[in-house]
Amino acid sequence: METSNQVDPHSHQHDHRGHAHEFQQDYPSEPQRPTREQLAHINGWGADLDRKDRPGVPMERTPPRFIPPPVDRLPQQEQTVEILTSTERPGITPIFGTVQPPKGLSGMIRRAAFRWSENDMRHWLLLLAADRVNVVEGIGEDLSQGKVPNVLAEMGIKAEWEHNRAGLVKKAVVAGAVLGTMVYLMRRRDER
Amino acid sequence: MLAMNYRGPYRVRADHKPDPVIEHPGDAIVRVTRTCICGSDLHLYHGMVPDTRVGHTFGHEFIGVVDDVGSDVKNLKVGDKVLVPFNLFCGSCFYCKHELYGNCNNTNAQASAVGGIYGYSHTAGGYDGGQAEYVRVPMADVGPHIIPDDIHDDDAVLLTDVTPTGYQAAEMGDIKEGDTVVIFGAGPIGLIAAKSAWLMGAGRVIVVDEVEYRLEFAKRWAQCEVVNFREVNDMAEHIKKMTDWMGADVCIDCVGGDAAGSIAQTLTGRLMKAQAGSSTVLHWAINSVRKGGNVSIVGVYGPTFNMVPMGNVLNKGLTIRANQASVKRHLPRLIEHIRAGRLSPKDIITHRIPLEEVSDAYHIFSSKLDECIKTVLIPPRAKDVSAVQASKSQ
Ligand SMILES: [Zn+2]
Ligand SMILES: [Zn+2]
Repeated sequence: METSNQVDPHSHQHDHRGHAHEFQQDYPSEPQRPTREQLAHINGWGADLDRKDRPGVPMERTPPRFIPPPVDRLPQQEQTVEILTSTERPGITPIFGTVQPPKGLSGMIRRAAFRWSENDMRHWLLLLAADRVNVVEGIGEDLSQGKVPNVLAEMGIKAEWEHNRAGLVKKAVVAGAVLGTMVYLMRRRDER
Repeated sequence: MLAMNYRGPYRVRADHKPDPVIEHPGDAIVRVTRTCICGSDLHLYHGMVPDTRVGHTFGHEFIGVVDDVGSDVKNLKVGDKVLVPFNLFCGSCFYCKHELYGNCNNTNAQASAVGGIYGYSHTAGGYDGGQAEYVRVPMADVGPHIIPDDIHDDDAVLLTDVTPTGYQAAEMGDIKEGDTVVIFGAGPIGLIAAKSAWLMGAGRVIVVDEVEYRLEFAKRWAQCEVVNFREVNDMAEHIKKMTDWMGADVCIDCVGGDAAGSIAQTLTGRLMKAQAGSSTVLHWAINSVRKGGNVSIVGVYGPTFNMVPMGNVLNKGLTIRANQASVKRHLPRLIEHIRAGRLSPKDIITHRIPLEEVSDAYHIFSSKLDECIKTVLIPPRAKDVSAVQASKSQ
């Protein structure tokens, strides 16, 4: 297949650095453009050259073209679980998600986070902190259901073994060496 | 039902969860037949998106069959085959009335900057996503799009996000005939953006990435020039050199906050989380574009602060456009392109993996193993459907 590399109109590709004799006028005053013939081999080239063929970047546009007519008032979804709401809009939206409501310690941190607006860094940092706490809670939840999470399987160790065996072995050797050194150092400290 | 279940950074598994139910008269329940893992799911997978709760099911790219509808749904019926745009939108608010579907104000109670997105944390509304056997689809009269008979399921699923987002990325660059377009990121969105740049009359398309197999794919599939940033001294200088020292007319960021390539950015963004992800690509885009040029951003950044070279944006007189794609408005034109053979999104799918093996699927995609470009997950209840489709396409 011919690539646009081969029809590259840029013959002017020598390195300019160190050419003290060159002057600004050696640079083209216009960007170089390939001809239509040089681009003709590209399937579909220029099909949307005419802007009226393009769907349009979302800039405000009325009326919308592809959806049913808007309704005056959307029915309100019934709230069955705790939903945290942004301080940057009043009340709750007519439609909202109800999955994984806040609970436990992470839930308390999330509630605290929602005291601040999206404009406030504390809001996001608290949420990130809650996420980390939530991971520990998730392990507790698994264990309380009598399920020991297979962390290596969850991280895709099977795929790593199939497609990156050398990398996996290397990681295992490094981890083994670190662990071995730690055990060795601790024993030595105990002996003293 | 079987569903992907997030347990923490780099940890996901397939679990049994309760089936979703109708919660609003405008809802539908869709039985998923194909769902993708998206590059932006990796931001969640890496634990970078705030308020990603343990137990969440990801997946904003899915197609399926309508299984149940709420009492207000008029345009969809049980048994319809639909593709569902990744944005949840109401069709009635100020933004929807102006076709800014990605910015709907009625579907996300937890944040005002972003609308609702399926399976994309509680910052994007707290909806479970489509990497499951069933999914709740609110505003079913407005969002879902019936899949035409002649459109392949694999193309349909890529019309839920990747294809419209890549296309919109190119469109926001306002490409004119002959323009030099530089696209950062040779993932699925970058590939579609490269193809779309040609459709819009670009004169040169250059794709930048660090992974050799992805660059090879881009060169072959999108017929573009490629640059491996690991092999160049300085990105902005290199692009200037390639363009007779003018700079590119248009630069497009198809990477977002997970970008590699700068130690300072990796340290402050990806490791310390002191900014909302690493803005390496944004730096490169702003510094590689010519003066008066356009920068288009579809790469996902977090909501907190980012270090952006604003001084250069001013000094160079740049136009910056960015948004979540308003999928719905692009569908008719993109379906035309697929029918005419100008665009074949399904070519970028390299992996088809059963939903049961979701842990491995995420690891393969995240670690770029096995030359992975795009992964489709097939839920167990969809296998009959995909078998029918396979026999039809032969
Ligand atoms: Zn996506
Ligand atoms: Zn709306």
